[in-house]
Amino acid sequence: MRPGSQQGGSRLTYVIVAVVAIVSIFPLYYTVVMASHTNAEMAAARPPLLPTTDFFANVKAALALAPLNKGLVNSVIVATLVTAGTVALCTLAGFAFAKLRFRGSGLLLALCIGTMMVPLQMGVIPLYMLMARIGLAGHLAAVILPTLCTAFGVFFMRQYIAAAVPDELIEAGWVDGASPTRLFLSVVVPAARPAMAVLAMLTFLTAWNDFFWPIIVLSSQNPTVQVSFQSLATGYAPQQSVIMAGTLYGTVPVLVVFAVLGRQIVGGIMQGAVKG
Amino acid sequence: MTTISPPTRAQRSHRLPGSRIAYAYVAPFFAVFLAFSIYPWLDTAWVSLHEVRLSTYDQSTWLGLGNYVNLFSNPFFWNAFRNTVTIGVISTVPQLCMALGIAHLLNYRLRGRTFFRVAILMPYATSLAAATVIFLELFDSKLGLVNWALHLVHLPAVDWQGSRWPAQIAVSTIVTWRWTGYNALIYLAGMQSIDTELYDAALVDGANRWQQFRHVTLPGLRPTILFTIVVSTIGAAQLFGEPLLYHNGMPDGGTQGQYQTLGLLMYQQGWTNDRLGLASATAWTMFLVIVVAVLVNTTLARRRDRQGTLSSLAPKVRL
Repeated sequence: MRPGSQQGGSRLTYVIVAVVAIVSIFPLYYTVVMASHTNAEMAAARPPLLPTTDFFANVKAALALAPLNKGLVNSVIVATLVTAGTVALCTLAGFAFAKLRFRGSGLLLALCIGTMMVPLQMGVIPLYMLMARIGLAGHLAAVILPTLCTAFGVFFMRQYIAAAVPDELIEAGWVDGASPTRLFLSVVVPAARPAMAVLAMLTFLTAWNDFFWPIIVLSSQNPTVQVSFQSLATGYAPQQSVIMAGTLYGTVPVLVVFAVLGRQIVGGIMQGAVKG
Repeated sequence: MTTISPPTRAQRSHRLPGSRIAYAYVAPFFAVFLAFSIYPWLDTAWVSLHEVRLSTYDQSTWLGLGNYVNLFSNPFFWNAFRNTVTIGVISTVPQLCMALGIAHLLNYRLRGRTFFRVAILMPYATSLAAATVIFLELFDSKLGLVNWALHLVHLPAVDWQGSRWPAQIAVSTIVTWRWTGYNALIYLAGMQSIDTELYDAALVDGANRWQQFRHVTLPGLRPTILFTIVVSTIGAAQLFGEPLLYHNGMPDGGTQGQYQTLGLLMYQQGWTNDRLGLASATAWTMFLVIVVAVLVNTTLARRRDRQGTLSSLAPKVRL
């Protein structure tokens, strides 16, 4: 093994890494504290460091103020459909680019990589008008469709399939008379499953946390959870505890998923970094 | 090569199957991409040459470069431009440096390393909306924990909302908090893919830990570092959500516009002031700013690269 990873950490290493971990987690923990104390209590000379059961009452107040539950349901719908679409369509396109020969494939792949440089933000105005014209403004479909498959996903799957599926396997199947679709389903998909899982996790997280486009195209009547946070602070003289409770309520689901799958997500991001 | 299906030209020249159906496989991606990226992108250029309002979108008046002239003579634009640059620097330079240091430490054999890795990635899983609301409270001048901590060490309270630099630092802190761990993991992945023989050779030459980092790790990481610089530059140039929510969802970037970015300005022009043409001109200007910033940063990064290990930004694809 390389010295870099063989050497154990010194005590100082542990201290620094622990401080970084605390800084990463503390704001999330402190949100629970802020969500259980009134403005007056927070302004005390000695701010509280522990949560109280007032937290639950404040969550209730937040739910009365903002459509958080609707936002959560909508976010689950959006993130699930975007993830399913992205994984399916990007794997298919990635397979074509990695293993099939067709005219213009090089040019099309270059085009695909080039699009990663064009930010979606660039075109929000015509995109909004387009959605309004086809009657989708305010609908979840307006959020789902533009991200249904991404250039990053296509490129990521292309790189993985090119390396993970041996040419000989494709060739053998082809000689045996299997159609490309047959090859895709019975050779490529089983082999590409790990990369598909990684892409699924990254896509779900991105879709769940997406903010810019949803806030433009969705209204507070039919929001994703990120958009529904907006309704928390709009009341007269809002209590920060209610805002915090609502924010936490809408964030906890993804944090729980993250705590359970954290190891795989970390592996996925690191794998994606090397492959991409 | 004998095949059962009728041979095509592609098949004769390659061992792998060539098929028209491949077009069907890539079609969904390009359909989505054409409809929702290329078309809006080009239409933005067209709209930027017109006077357009949301209510009368189809009855636009030709302005030529009028919107651009208007934009560049507007102090709001230059304010937003300056803020985008300064917040961009404050939010990415310390972030990437810290990420590099953290990755280096995580590369040691640590007990509980999975815990540490998941912990530093928690901010990445927190949405920017949630993170901004949380930090807004932490930076609150009366109730916030930050000013309380300053008071504890006998420093004066800071107006993290109203004063220009503190507000920009606060907004940058949100970005830094969310992305440092993510970039650290990217660097860690890069470090672990560096050839171990290079470290062995360095050890033979008597290099200590710092020299190993300086002469083996850093050169080996150059492509990864360049990648993160480009991604961070693009992200910084488009910064929008954090400064929007930092002023409770108002796109003015603070009462004096002290942290209004180009992304916010575009949103304000288009959705608050109903001047879509002007907003589109801002969008295209932002795009050009991104291209220039990426070029400048990659050129600077390359110049520092004496051994020329930074071959190219282009991903390793056979085209």
